[in-house]
Amino acid sequence: MIRLLLATLLATLLAAGMAVPALAQYRLPPAPYAYQQLENPAAEAEAQALMETLRCLKCQSQSIADSDAPMAGDMRHQVRTRIAAGEEPEAIRAWLVARYGDYVSYAPTVSETTWPLFAIPFLLILVAGILLWRRIGRKEGDAA
Amino acid sequence: MIAEVGLAALWLAAALSVLQLMSGVFAVRGHDELGALVRPTAIAQGALAAVSFGMLVWLFLITDLSVKLVATNSHSAKPWIFKLAGSWGNHEGSMLLWVTVMALAGGLIALIERRIPEVTMRATLAAQAFVAIGFYAFILFSSNPFERLPMPAVEGQGLNPLLQDIGLAFHPPTLYFGYVGLSVAFSFAVGALLTRQVTPDFARAMRPWILGAWIFLTLGITAGSYWAYYELGWGGWWFWDPVENASLMPWLAATALLHSVSVLAARDALRTWTIMLGVVAFSMSMLGTFLVRSGILTSVHAFAVDPERGTFILFLLAIYIGGALAVFGLRAGSISEGARFSFSSREGALVFNNVMLSAILGIVLLGTLYPLLTEAFDVRVSVGPPYFNPVGAIFTIPMLLVMAVGPLLRWRQDSLARIKLPMVIIAVIMLATLALVVILGAYSLLADLGLAVAVGLAIASVLPLRGRNLLRVPLATWGMVIAHFGIAVALFGMASESAFSEEKLAAVNVGDSTQVGPWTVKLESVTPVAGPNWTAIEGRLQASYDGGEPTEMSPQARNFWAPVQETTESELATRWNGQLYAVVGNEASQGRWQLRLWWKPFVTFIWHGGMLVALGGLLALIGRVKTDLKRRRGEDFVDEESADAEAVA
Repeated sequence: MIRLLLATLLATLLAAGMAVPALAQYRLPPAPYAYQQLENPAAEAEAQALMETLRCLKCQSQSIADSDAPMAGDMRHQVRTRIAAGEEPEAIRAWLVARYGDYVSYAPTVSETTWPLFAIPFLLILVAGILLWRRIGRKEGDAA
Repeated sequence: MIAEVGLAALWLAAALSVLQLMSGVFAVRGHDELGALVRPTAIAQGALAAVSFGMLVWLFLITDLSVKLVATNSHSAKPWIFKLAGSWGNHEGSMLLWVTVMALAGGLIALIERRIPEVTMRATLAAQAFVAIGFYAFILFSSNPFERLPMPAVEGQGLNPLLQDIGLAFHPPTLYFGYVGLSVAFSFAVGALLTRQVTPDFARAMRPWILGAWIFLTLGITAGSYWAYYELGWGGWWFWDPVENASLMPWLAATALLHSVSVLAARDALRTWTIMLGVVAFSMSMLGTFLVRSGILTSVHAFAVDPERGTFILFLLAIYIGGALAVFGLRAGSISEGARFSFSSREGALVFNNVMLSAILGIVLLGTLYPLLTEAFDVRVSVGPPYFNPVGAIFTIPMLLVMAVGPLLRWRQDSLARIKLPMVIIAVIMLATLALVVILGAYSLLADLGLAVAVGLAIASVLPLRGRNLLRVPLATWGMVIAHFGIAVALFGMASESAFSEEKLAAVNVGDSTQVGPWTVKLESVTPVAGPNWTAIEGRLQASYDGGEPTEMSPQARNFWAPVQETTESELATRWNGQLYAVVGNEASQGRWQLRLWWKPFVTFIWHGGMLVALGGLLALIGRVKTDLKRRRGEDFVDEESADAEAVA
């Protein structure tokens, strides 16, 4: 959408003194599995599904599966090599969450800080149900 | 001199909006001495705002570098079209555009709208002035676009190269037209609340503005999604980014409002609900403006550090929404809900879907604001597609099913037994599609359901036309059929992209080939190329579908140097049944090159569907306006109520 906002944001970040380290990072070749799929299609699908639910910490609202940021590339490499080594996706997620905090994961989990995200939709279903039930309940002729 | 004329016109317009508000308020309170001033003031205010914005455009076209805004956002060597777009491609200019469009809309209704009672009209224009005053104050006190530099700049600082894209240049105004249209609907709602005259005539006066706003929002969202798709280089087309949600939320509210206002116009029912949605729709466009313009998305803390503009918009948001809700609370009880209907009727289906749309809106609002809220308490959470998609689907799928049968029902009272045959046919088609996609090997629950519903809905959406003389079907009905069909087409594209996309990341030697889906892609050559402010690596690819005639593709990886930025220029090969998406990346080991390829079956249906939805809206708008004009001329009288109320037999 108005991605110009984040483009500007990125440009500002670059201009604001991060240019030098960021550029130095670009000069390094990306980790091998940042831009390379796993041979085994089942493992690759598993890795892809996990990557789509991990947040690129340097971007705005993009997962690591769709970002050119070097950090997202490194994280893709981590995910793919760990999946190839037989680790469970949820164990990899837990490892990343331990390093970067809950912020890195898009996967919806109910916790002390996120329960309203799930409670409110239930409430909405309830309210929608009541609204509609009152409409059905009031047959022709007794609506207010 | 040009800048000073612009600023003076802006101050005058602001002063007139105060006069418009005062005289309108007096008129509503029964002191009608100033009432006759309301319409002429609104027209003059619109003209002055237009002069002010015209001056800003002029400054940009001649690149007057003594004006700060021009010096920081333009460059003498830019093509004229981007100089033009530069006038609204920044905070100050875009706010001036916002208020100008709003003032022009106010002037237009003052000039032409004669259907609703004069006192309601005056109350409406007073509400319009009330909203405009806030924006004038915001621009004049904290975002003056006409500020001069003490010393003129030697050269302008230019515009971010990513923004020098013709589609993007016209994207913000498209959304603004949508937001402003909803502000007009809001003013009508407040005007009618103040005078308690919520009538079908009022609904017909309000409807073209809602339709217009809805068309612009639909186009804006569709174009923005396609831009993200081809520009970001990874094939994603919707990210549930707060900036995207800022345009989606007003669209959802406007969709609900559009349907409820039609019920009001045709059947004189849902009066308070329509008013409520009018308030909500405008609140959502204010919230969208706030999210995008306040800097709160960058970080809640950054917002707290430099809060002047953000606080101002938040203050306006609180006044408008709070004020409107207060008026609504005070007056809603004294407005009756209107005509009655049973649940299994056209109105019943529309009410069901209104509630569903509101629930979806609630979820998008929650998911967008919740992370901002927790961030204020230093807890950072991520809410993204894995939340929005399934939670939204809980409400979207029932809504789409009701949308399939709703248009087949009669107004007021009907029985589901009467439309049993079409319902069974639609259900069978959906189940058959579901079985087919599972056999084809797509096991994603949401995508499979999406495909099944899309096919069923596509068939159902044209059923209202069966057995009728197509030449005699009213334009508005055509509009509905095409818009509903467009929703089915877009949904099919989304679900197909999600279920059947194939990805290939490969490191390829020049002269070698790789496969993705049915495509064979050969890397012919890699050459360096240069543009005016960038250098790039360009890959030449020969892509052939299923061994057919090869298509030439040349994606680029660009390096801009002012400001320093790497972008990928993806290249798309479009067929009727999908797109091949190609990106060339960095050099890999042993002289090979990174290629990223996706085969996305039917992905283009997403945006074609969006265009169809907008086209449907346009046909409905033309149909309604034509009927209005006929009605006004009194010749060849066509009863709009019968056009509205016509049920499908």
